[in-house]
Amino acid sequence: MATYNLDVTKEHCPMTFVKTKIELNKLQKGDILNVKVTEGEPLDNVPKSAEEQGFNVLSVKETETQGIYNIEIKK
Amino acid sequence: MAEEKQLKKLSIISFSGDFDKLTAVFTLATGASAVGYEVNLFFTFWGLDAIKIKQGRSAVGKGFLPKVFGIMMGGLKSAPVSRLNFLGISPKIFRHLMKKNNVAILEELVEAAKQLGINFYACEMAMHVLGLQKSDFIPEVKDVLGVASFLQLSEGGQTLFI
Repeated sequence: MATYNLDVTKEHCPMTFVKTKIELNKLQKGDILNVKVTEGEPLDNVPKSAEEQGFNVLSVKETETQGIYNIEIKK
Repeated sequence: MAEEKQLKKLSIISFSGDFDKLTAVFTLATGASAVGYEVNLFFTFWGLDAIKIKQGRSAVGKGFLPKVFGIMMGGLKSAPVSRLNFLGISPKIFRHLMKKNNVAILEELVEAAKQLGINFYACEMAMHVLGLQKSDFIPEVKDVLGVASFLQLSEGGQTLFI
């Protein structure tokens, strides 16, 4: 099991969740992906669409930078 | 619930070869695919320019008139903007603005669509008119279809014409 990181804080719709999905597709079962997102649409969308597609959202936490969140997703 | 899952399908008829409209096609397609939709893209008429292997202006096509069309229209890289094209300057300005504002440009969206495994189809009739063959298109084009087959594969989902 490996852990990967993805930063989509500079991206906009639809690339925030498109890049997340492409990255999740590359993972092996059991791997974890940490996705950094900004608040607003990406923060609402990324965990929701991951869960809907059967991935496990382990946590959503705000980072030291205000307004930037880390979403931990397990495949 | 099972019924709801079955409805998560988006089929887009990509008719226009315009840069801005193609951007809409690929934004919707990649977004829908990323949230779990099955996505079918059906390219017809000017939309076929977007899936040519040769992305610039080149004499693709069989016959004199198709070759002229090929040179006039070109592919993805030479797609004009639907309004205020200013002889092809506007697409360059758009690409610059999109890059500057970290918005995905058309080429990036097409690349993402390929990576997401979105289904690309080409319209048989339009290919015939424009003198194009399947070998003129990128390998991601799964099949060449007619209206009946498109209706069949889009059935039960949402369909858009852009």
